[in-house]
Amino acid sequence: MSQRIGFPSTLFYFIYYPFWHSFFKSLGYEVVTSLPTTKYSLDLGVKEAVNDACLPIKLYHGHVAELKDKVDILFLPRMVSVRKLDAETFCPKFLGLPDMIRNSIEDLPKIIDEKVDLAKGYFSQWRLCRRVAEQLGKKGWQVYSAYSQAKKVQENYIANLAAGISPLAAMENAVTGKTAVLPGNSQADIDLAILGYPYLIYDSFINVDLFEKLAQMGVRPWTVEMIPPDRLEAQGRNFIKHLFWHFSNRTMRATYYYLKEKKVDGIVHVTAFGCGPDAMVDKLMELEAKNTGRVPYLTLSLDEHTGEAGVLTRIEAFVDMLRLRRRDNESIISSNG
Amino acid sequence: MKVSFPVMGNSYIAFKQLLAEIGHEPLVPPMPSARTMTLGTAYSPEFACIPFKILMGTYLEAIEKGAELIVSSGGHGPCRAGYYGILHQKIINELGYNTKVIIFDSINMGFKDFTGKLNYLLNSGKSSWWKLIKVYRAVWDKLIALDEIEILSHQIRPYEIEKGITSKLYDKCLDIMDQAKTRQQISEAKEACFQLLNKIPQDFGRNPLKIGIVGEIYVQIEPFANLDIQATLGEMGVFTKRGIHLTEWWRETTRQSHNEERAIKAAKPYLDQMIGGHGILSVGETILHSKNGYDGVIQLAPFSCIPEIVAKGILTQVSRDHSIPVLTVFLDEQTGKAGLQTRLEAFVDLLYQRRQKRLEGAVS
Repeated sequence: MSQRIGFPSTLFYFIYYPFWHSFFKSLGYEVVTSLPTTKYSLDLGVKEAVNDACLPIKLYHGHVAELKDKVDILFLPRMVSVRKLDAETFCPKFLGLPDMIRNSIEDLPKIIDEKVDLAKGYFSQWRLCRRVAEQLGKKGWQVYSAYSQAKKVQENYIANLAAGISPLAAMENAVTGKTAVLPGNSQADIDLAILGYPYLIYDSFINVDLFEKLAQMGVRPWTVEMIPPDRLEAQGRNFIKHLFWHFSNRTMRATYYYLKEKKVDGIVHVTAFGCGPDAMVDKLMELEAKNTGRVPYLTLSLDEHTGEAGVLTRIEAFVDMLRLRRRDNESIISSNG
Repeated sequence: MKVSFPVMGNSYIAFKQLLAEIGHEPLVPPMPSARTMTLGTAYSPEFACIPFKILMGTYLEAIEKGAELIVSSGGHGPCRAGYYGILHQKIINELGYNTKVIIFDSINMGFKDFTGKLNYLLNSGKSSWWKLIKVYRAVWDKLIALDEIEILSHQIRPYEIEKGITSKLYDKCLDIMDQAKTRQQISEAKEACFQLLNKIPQDFGRNPLKIGIVGEIYVQIEPFANLDIQATLGEMGVFTKRGIHLTEWWRETTRQSHNEERAIKAAKPYLDQMIGGHGILSVGETILHSKNGYDGVIQLAPFSCIPEIVAKGILTQVSRDHSIPVLTVFLDEQTGKAGLQTRLEAFVDLLYQRRQKRLEGAVS
């Protein structure tokens, strides 16, 4: 039987899993993910993690704790950087994550915590793959072909996301190799940018089925991943100084994009209770939304006690307000002739 | 121009002189107080850390007093402190003030940017680079003297016979240092302060507990932020050594000193990655303190400080492996002096009992 490699299905899972799934599969491993977030994994996380940590870090602990007995090897990459841009890295909690896991969860299987530091040197992605493969005792041509295959799968996945396919469907495509159908909500009359980190936006347990609720309310959601990558990049010119955290830069760029290029009716920032970088990002977004065209802005803070009713009420009120605002604007126009 | 800057420990005495001598009117903001905290909290993001909020409040108080320019330091992340300046500026503008905030990032991050800002500061004060070089040495001497005096006061306090006398004389020392301007005067003033402090009657028969203080730089240095924890412990008869002083930090960042490397090396088995701020040092210094026979360690951190949360997650294991008790104190705008005092007393009691048992051979 082939060895099983575990990949927790949270944090960077929503962006980078297809790559690693394909890579390990080509090398002859079975890739096992933790189950989608449930009350159980959340409770496990709250129990294992240091109590001052933010919700996503607690969740990651929970997913690891749930996964550890089902696999032979845990793959917990240390995310340091994925591109060269000023001093861009990830949140310090991401940087120290493998160490936090090691020092708080007991009876762990073998861990591969190779440093993902793509800002340094040439062919850094390939060298990273070689290092990971080396830890598994794999060498030579098969590693290279697994790497180039994985790269293709990843590119395809990102393109799918940009086309507006939900990450779950796109992930399914990437993993099984099928093509998907574009979802469409033709009745939607409100365009809302739902911005935030992928591990909150795409985890339907944590955001209490936010997207389903939006669809029922006739709202067309726009996310960070739905922006064509080159347009997202181009927003970099709006910064005085780049933020230090990769996902924060993406969120901030997306804010500029939806404020300046593709106009939306409102912006919802989905954030986690206790998120350090978001303390800065949220304020910046609020100020930008206010100063660039007075776009309505809502912060939706999620924590381990977030109730469905609470989120629903806030979203409903926000959407109602947007509709009222639109009606008022229309009536002003018509009365003026 | 009326130029202001953040208050951090006793360093304002030196920065005041620096600004005055390059031709500006230094505006020392009011020492951080409950009002600073209230102002800062009102206009900062809810989850910003306490240094951000205190600085925000300090800037607003300085602006009330007529500050036209605020000078502060930046950073390259991933700690949030590196982005403080930009957000402070935006919030200040949003409130309708046009006070400018100049942030000096590390010279390695952009030589032109750094020298450009320095040029602006010198030109607007009708001063020159030559003048700066001359005054720089005096100011540096002063900063070192201030740090040395503070360290001495912390060494003497646990032995003082009359409670509170050290703190009283320390305040007097700050006044003396404030008067000294030239290098000659500074060195004389330093001697005078040393004599003043060393004359304090001490009881050398005591065997005080030794506690190492680790954690985030701002809350370690600024007594308002840490509720004067070092003096409080000192008056409880505890010897404390703090991880960071301003001049040491400056020497480390400019690579004139290499003490940090020892701590980073010690932390390696637990944390093999720079995580910004002083997170890795908190881990490393705890291990070094344990090896150097300290009785315990107190980790000071602002509430929601990212690197220190990572460090805290790891310190539980370090504490077990190296059998050194660690007390983590997260400070925020709600932290009260009495609450902290109670926790400190409990911690100190525990350490005394532990030492007693150790002497009796019960604990290894």
